Amino acid sequence: MDNLLVARSLFGTTMAFHIIFATIGVGLPFMILTAELLYQKTKDQDYVVMAKRWTKTFAVLLGVGIPTGTIAGVQLSLLWPGFMEVIGRVMPLPFQIEIYAFFIEALFMSIYVYAAERIAPWMRIVSLILVAMGALASAVLITNVHAFQGTPAGFRYENGEFLDINPWAAFFNPSFFVTAGHVALSAYVVGAFVVCSVAAIKMMKHEFGSRIYLFHQKALKLSLVVGGIFAFLTAINGHASAQYLHEYQPEKLAAAEGLFETQSHAPLAIGGFTDRETQEVKWAIEIPWALSFLAGNSFDTVVVGLNDFPEELWPPLFIHTLFNAMVGIGSLLILIPILMYAWRKLLKKKHYPKVLLWTLVMTGPLAVLAIEFGWIFACTGRQPWVIYRILSTAESATTATNLSILFILFIAVYMILALAVVFVLLYFFRKNTELDDIERAEKKKVPLFSSNS
Amino acid sequence: MADALIAITVLWGFIFIYAVMATMDFGAGFWSMIYINREKTKATNIANRYLSPTWEVTNTFIVALVVAVYSLFPNAAYTLGTILIIPGSIILLLLALRSAFLVFSNIAIEYKKPLTYISGIAGILIPGLLISVLPISHGEFVDYRNGVANLNLYRLFTSPNVYAFIGFAISSTLFLSSLLLADYSKASNEMEAYRVYLRDGKILGPISLLMAFVIMLTLRNDAEWLYNRMMDDLPLLLISVGFFLIIGIGLYAPFSFQKSVKGMPRLSVIAVTIQYLIASYVYGKAHLPYIIYPNVTIHSAFTDPNSFRAVFITYIIGFAILFPGFIYFWSLFMNDKRYLRQKGK
Repeated sequence: MDNLLVARSLFGTTMAFHIIFATIGVGLPFMILTAELLYQKTKDQDYVVMAKRWTKTFAVLLGVGIPTGTIAGVQLSLLWPGFMEVIGRVMPLPFQIEIYAFFIEALFMSIYVYAAERIAPWMRIVSLILVAMGALASAVLITNVHAFQGTPAGFRYENGEFLDINPWAAFFNPSFFVTAGHVALSAYVVGAFVVCSVAAIKMMKHEFGSRIYLFHQKALKLSLVVGGIFAFLTAINGHASAQYLHEYQPEKLAAAEGLFETQSHAPLAIGGFTDRETQEVKWAIEIPWALSFLAGNSFDTVVVGLNDFPEELWPPLFIHTLFNAMVGIGSLLILIPILMYAWRKLLKKKHYPKVLLWTLVMTGPLAVLAIEFGWIFACTGRQPWVIYRILSTAESATTATNLSILFILFIAVYMILALAVVFVLLYFFRKNTELDDIERAEKKKVPLFSSNS
Repeated sequence: MADALIAITVLWGFIFIYAVMATMDFGAGFWSMIYINREKTKATNIANRYLSPTWEVTNTFIVALVVAVYSLFPNAAYTLGTILIIPGSIILLLLALRSAFLVFSNIAIEYKKPLTYISGIAGILIPGLLISVLPISHGEFVDYRNGVANLNLYRLFTSPNVYAFIGFAISSTLFLSSLLLADYSKASNEMEAYRVYLRDGKILGPISLLMAFVIMLTLRNDAEWLYNRMMDDLPLLLISVGFFLIIGIGLYAPFSFQKSVKGMPRLSVIAVTIQYLIASYVYGKAHLPYIIYPNVTIHSAFTDPNSFRAVFITYIIGFAILFPGFIYFWSLFMNDKRYLRQKGK
């Protein structure tokens, strides 16, 4: 492998690993907050138990999320010094402000976990809101850098020099809100469906109608409501994101849709694999005129095809498949909660058949997979640029060689962390069952949160 | 000109804060490992009580530090990124193992010992590697080929000066953290743990001072320019050594506000912070204007003035927002007797 490919693979692996923990780390605090607020409203102890158990999970995941986030942040300047030189000069604000968000999250996370029984209940809620806001703000701000990479703004670029730099104009680059919104909304989707998966597994393992079954049924209902709403919002925002591509990065949209010829009344290819030789999408379902309508709200919108660009500037063509997989999973995650609602309320069924529960179990892993597909699509779809039409990825890479050994070492450490985190979570929740926590919650005066440390 | 000086002062401030917090953090992790089999003294419990709520906050400072380097001195970030790829990556790998296993050790109680050993050992190696950035910035281990900077690892790891720095970092880590934990255990009324950490402080203080002298001796050979400039501020260096004597008073003094207990660890903690502050000021001042000697200076690496102004404003606003948070955090975990004097954990 050449040096550039190793650098990209190493950084890609770091991000692919980190993004799992980062996304759940944004989504889960929102679920915890929802449970805490539901408890205030209903006074149902089960919600406190949920909040407590999710907090524990969140704390364990942070043990991996924080160091891998640190790795990602530092690796940016180790592997892409040319990129960070430009970012430091033109776009330093998101990273800088993200630090403050990060501090707020870290300070109040410790306060929520380790000082829970020493602070007033309202202060606990405030701490949790600050944790959730800090996590959300971090995600939004880091995504802003990604948005800038696609729609750079706030400077004049002449003869390799950056002139008239306006860091706030860079900060509010055209795709900031739509891109950051997509990441934030989809993180809440992931947080909810991860909870949904666990609840569904537990419902399969326990007898229908038992105390634990009912506990998890509450969690399932909560997660489906939250997940369904945010999946729907993500889809609406995703549509806006695609229209931004049409406007700002037409070759990325063309590759995502597998469109070669520039045309009005462009067809939408769903699924399949793009073939470079024959210039078509194999095994796809084609809907006539649909792409033009999606891109510009009218059938005569002209959508630019790949042939309008020199081939060396094409993004990799496999992104069509990734893009469709992401959209497909997103659509499923809207349909599944609706299906469940119909099953419970319209058909008035009380039991969940095995097939249905297994479908629910799959939602969490699918949601995470959609995030992975989405990020790989978004980042490889920008190639060969690291900053669109300004700086190429090859130019910004480190000149250091023999990165392969580092690549292997990082993979090994990520594997150790992945195995350890799964083991630790399983170990802990086997030792501390739902029933233990429920009983503790029912016995008044026993501090529930003391076991959080 | 003045802007670059302000920027490097901010950066130096971050480095100093992180250096102090990180020594206490990594040191506490190490002590928690060392005393894990001596349950009666509670020394491990004290270390964990300090470490559990603080490690995330400490870790945030290292990210703040890296972000400050590339937003204030983007050109330096280019060269630093290129030459630090190997040491930087090793630090990151150790940091990942350390943080993750620190969290895991508090969750999987049955496996606490092996997990604590992994995080403790990984943690104590990190300061030694982190400090190697300083001798690397002195420039004598950086080769330039076709204008591209390259770190010569062989020369780096055969230099006595580098080992002096590494030794200093590790002994200081243990020294500062034992002073802090002595103070912490005294505030927690854990007298056995207090005596243990006070003793450790007494042993490690002279070793750290000795290592500082060894750095100066070997620096003369490796980077004479820096040595000479530091010696220009000899009076300040002597004041710094003077504060070492105050640390000694805090450790050995027979009198105290509480009559039954010997020593005033809080005095030592404050004195050691001032001592390191003065010493690092002298080092930093002598190092100016070079970020990496002799090619990268604070002026050549400085960011765009518009960006600097924008970043500086966020520093002021960010600090104003965070300051009450830090005070609240401190009052809950450093100054609340209900937390400090809890039973069991």
